[in-house]
Amino acid sequence: MTPITDVMPGLETDALLDDPGIRIVVCCGSGGVGKTTTAAALGVRAAERGRKVVVLTIDPARRLAQSMGIDRLDNVPRRVEGIEGEGELHAMMLDMKRTFDETVEAHTDAERARAILENPFYQSLSAGFAGTQEYMAMEKLGQLRARDEWDLIVVDTPPSRSALDFLDAPKRLGSFLDGKFIRLLIAPAKIGGRAGMKFLNVGMSMMTGTLGKLLGGQFLRDVQTFVAAMDSMFGGFRTRADATYKLLQAPGTAFLVVATPERDALREAAYFVERLAAEEMPLAGLVLNRVHGSEAARLSEERALAAAENLEAVGIVDQTAGKAGLGDPADPVAATSPEAPESRLSPERSNDPAPEPPQQEPPSHDRTSRSPEPHSSGRKSANLSVPPTQTEADTDVASVADETSADVSVEQLTAGLLRLHAERMQVVAREQHTRDRFTAHHPEVPVTEVAALPGDVHDLSGLRAVGELLATGSAQA
Amino acid sequence: MSRFQVVSGKGGTGKTTVAAALALALATEGRRTLLVEVEGRQGIAQLFESDALPYEERRIAVAPGGGEVHALAIDAERALLDYLQMFYKLGSAGRALKKLGAIDFATTIAPGVRDVLLTGKACEAVRRKDKQGRFVYDYVIMDAPPTGRITRFLNVNDEVAGLARIGPIHNQAQAVMRVLKSPETAVHLVTLLEEMPVQETADGIAELRAAELPVGRVVVNMVRPHLLDEDALRTASGGRRKEIAKTLTRAGVKGSAALVRPLVEQAAEHAQRVGLEREQRAVLAGLGLPLAELPLISEGVTPAALNELAEEFRKQGVGDESADAAGQTPGGGNRRGSAGGVVGS
Ligand SMILES: Nc1ncnc2c1ncn2[C@@H]1O[C@H](COP(=O)(O)OP(=O)(O)OP(=O)(O)O)[C@@H](O)[C@H]1O
Ligand SMILES: [Mg+2]
Repeated sequence: MTPITDVMPGLETDALLDDPGIRIVVCCGSGGVGKTTTAAALGVRAAERGRKVVVLTIDPARRLAQSMGIDRLDNVPRRVEGIEGEGELHAMMLDMKRTFDETVEAHTDAERARAILENPFYQSLSAGFAGTQEYMAMEKLGQLRARDEWDLIVVDTPPSRSALDFLDAPKRLGSFLDGKFIRLLIAPAKIGGRAGMKFLNVGMSMMTGTLGKLLGGQFLRDVQTFVAAMDSMFGGFRTRADATYKLLQAPGTAFLVVATPERDALREAAYFVERLAAEEMPLAGLVLNRVHGSEAARLSEERALAAAENLEAVGIVDQTAGKAGLGDPADPVAATSPEAPESRLSPERSNDPAPEPPQQEPPSHDRTSRSPEPHSSGRKSANLSVPPTQTEADTDVASVADETSADVSVEQLTAGLLRLHAERMQVVAREQHTRDRFTAHHPEVPVTEVAALPGDVHDLSGLRAVGELLATGSAQA
Repeated sequence: MSRFQVVSGKGGTGKTTVAAALALALATEGRRTLLVEVEGRQGIAQLFESDALPYEERRIAVAPGGGEVHALAIDAERALLDYLQMFYKLGSAGRALKKLGAIDFATTIAPGVRDVLLTGKACEAVRRKDKQGRFVYDYVIMDAPPTGRITRFLNVNDEVAGLARIGPIHNQAQAVMRVLKSPETAVHLVTLLEEMPVQETADGIAELRAAELPVGRVVVNMVRPHLLDEDALRTASGGRRKEIAKTLTRAGVKGSAALVRPLVEQAAEHAQRVGLEREQRAVLAGLGLPLAELPLISEGVTPAALNELAEEFRKQGVGDESADAAGQTPGGGNRRGSAGGVVGS
C-alpha cells in the first residue's frame, strides 16, 4: 500500500477539525460509501478534541441513530452523551417533510400556512419531489449556521445516486417554484394581456385545458391554490437557497469527498472534485473508506495460491493414508519437506511469479483458479440457495461443520489461510489500481484512508475508532 | 412465473445487474424478454457495453438457445407526449407544450404522474400482443427504483388519487394498478449479506405487502465464498500456530514464522464477517420468501459475467413455474379485460 504516499498528499484531518476558521464540514459522495459514518466519526473526534460540534445526519442506520440518541424524529439537535473531554457533540437526523413544514410556518401567517400544509399538491411535493431532501438539507444547514451556537457543523448529504445532486437539486426545486410554466398557470391573463403574447394566451388556455383533462381539473386547481399561497414565499426560498450556496463557497467551509476504492464511487468522487473546483467551493480532501490492506503483503497472491494448491494435493494423500498427523514419521510430506521445502511446489507453479501472467490478465487467471470455490468450499451458500428448506439447511450446515471441525488437518487449515490471503491480496491490488487511476487525474487532492472494518459501526466507540483511522489514515496510505 | 418481473433493492446492491441477469435467464428456449429501465441513467447500455438506448425497443443480447433480450429506456417525457398524441392527436402542439415547460412540469414535478407514465409503458409492453394474438414478450423485467421508493412508485393509484381524481391519467393509474396487484407481477428485492440492506429489504417487504403488491424473491447478491469454515478458524486462532508455521514452510513459503500472525488475523476477520453474514441469513430466512443467490464476480461485471449470473439463476430454478408459485401473494385477482387507458389498448 506504500506507493500512494509518494504521489498523494496526506489529508490532515485533525488540523482540519482543530482549525477555528472552519465552521462547516460537508461530507459528500455517491450512495452507500459511508458518508453518514464519516460525518458522525468526524463529529465525535472534533468534540473530543474540544470543539462544540453539531452533526446533521441524513438517513442514519437505525442502530447508529439509537446509540447516539437521535432516533427521535423531532428535527432538532440533541446532545450526545458519552463524549469525553471539554467539547460537546450534538446530533440530529433530518426530517425532510418537517423541515419543509417548519419553513412554511416560519415564513407566513398561521392561516396561510395551514392552507398550504393541507394542500394535496404541497403534500406530494414535500414528501416526494426528487430534490426536496437535498433542498431541505441546505435549508437546515442554513438554519443551524444562523443560530451560531456551534463552532463546527458537520453535514452529511442525502443518499443520492450521484454526488452532484446535492449541489444541483436545490436549484432545480427553486427553478420549479419560480418556473415559467407555474407562473403561467397562475397568471395567464396577465401575460396574455401584453402585446404579442396573444398566441401564447391561446396556447395557454388550450394547454391548461389539456392538462386539466389529463390530470383532472382538481389537480390544476390544487396547484394553482398552492402556488398562490406560496407566492409570497418564493422569494424567501430562493434567497435562502442562494445564501446557503454562498456559505458553501466561503473559506469557513470544507468539503470532504467520501468514496470507497471502487470504480463507480471514485468516478463520482472525481466528478465532484471537478465540480467543486468549478464552483469555487473549498475541497479539503478525499476520504477513502473501506480500504483493504494486509500485514502479510510480502506474500504475493500467486505464491499463496501455489502454496495452497500444494498443500491441498498433500491433503488428498493425507486422507487416503488414514489422516496421518503432522510430524508422524509415516507422513511422506513431513519426512521430506523440511530439507527441501521448495520441492513441494508443483513444477508448473514456479516459485518465481514472473513467468505467470497474472498482472496482465487477472480475470482469466482468477476465473480458473477461483470459480469452483463457491460450490466446493462454500457449502453454506450452496445449501442456502435452495429456498424453501432454508432454515433446515442452516442447521444442517452447522452440524456438518461441527462434525468436520475435528477432522480439519493442519494442511487444510493452512491452505485455507493461504487462499484467504490470496483473495485479500487480489482485493488490495484491485483497490490500488482504482486509486491510482484517481490519483493520476487528481494528484493535488489530499487523501486519508479508513480501513475496512469487519463489522458495522454503530456506537461511539466504533465512531471513535473510525475517527482515529481518519486522522492517521493519511500517514499509512 | 409472473410475466412482469420488477427488480428493486437498496441502492448499489446490484439491481441493474440482477435485472439484466434475470432478463437473460428468462430468455432461454427461444423466449423473448424485455428489460426496461426507468431512471434515465443508461445503466443497461453501460452494462451491456452498448450505445445509449434510444426511446425504442431494441435487441441487446441473445441468450443460449436462441432467446432474445430486448431493452428499453423509458422516458417519462416521451411517454407523455406519445400518450397525448394517441389520445388527443396533438400534433405540433405537443412541441409547444414542451417549450413552455408543461411536459417537464407534468412529468418531473408531479411525482405520481411521472410514475404512472413509466409503469404504464412497462405494463403496456407486458400486455402487448402480436397479430396472432401471442404476447410479444414472454417476460418484461424492470430495473426499478430502490427499495425506499418502490412502494410509492408502484402504488401509483394512491399517489395519483390525491392529485388527479378524474381524467385519463386517473384511468391509466387504475389500469396499471390492476396489472401490478395481480399475480402477473412479482417484485424482487436485491440485497447483500449486510445489516443495512437486509434491514431495508425487510422494511421494503412489509411496505409492499401492506400495499398488497406481490412480493417475489429476495436475491442475495455478491455472495463471497467461505474459504474456511468457522470451526477451522477457531482452531487456527488457538494453539496450532506452530504447526501452521511449519506447514507453511513445507509448502514453500519463506519466512513463515512472521506470516502466521497476520494470516490468522485475516482469518479472524473473515470469521467475524462469516458470523455477521450468518446473522443476516437468519433474518432473511425469517422473511418467508424464496431466496436466490448470486456470487460476487470479483473481476467486475462484464457482459460475459452477466451470462454466468444468468446461468446461476437458471441452476437455482428461477423461472420454473412451480418454484415461483410460492412468491405470489393472494388477493390480486383482478384479471385483464376491463383495463382502460393505454394499458388496455
Ligand atoms: N454479483 C456481482 N459481482 C460483482 N459485482 C457486482 C455484482 N452485482 C453488481 N455488481 C457491481 O456493483 C455495482 C453496483 O451494481 P448495479 O449498478 O447493478 O447496482 P444498482 O443497485 O443498480 O445501483 P443503483 O442503486 O445505483 O442503481 C456495479 O459496479 C456492479 O458491477
Ligand atoms: Mg441501477
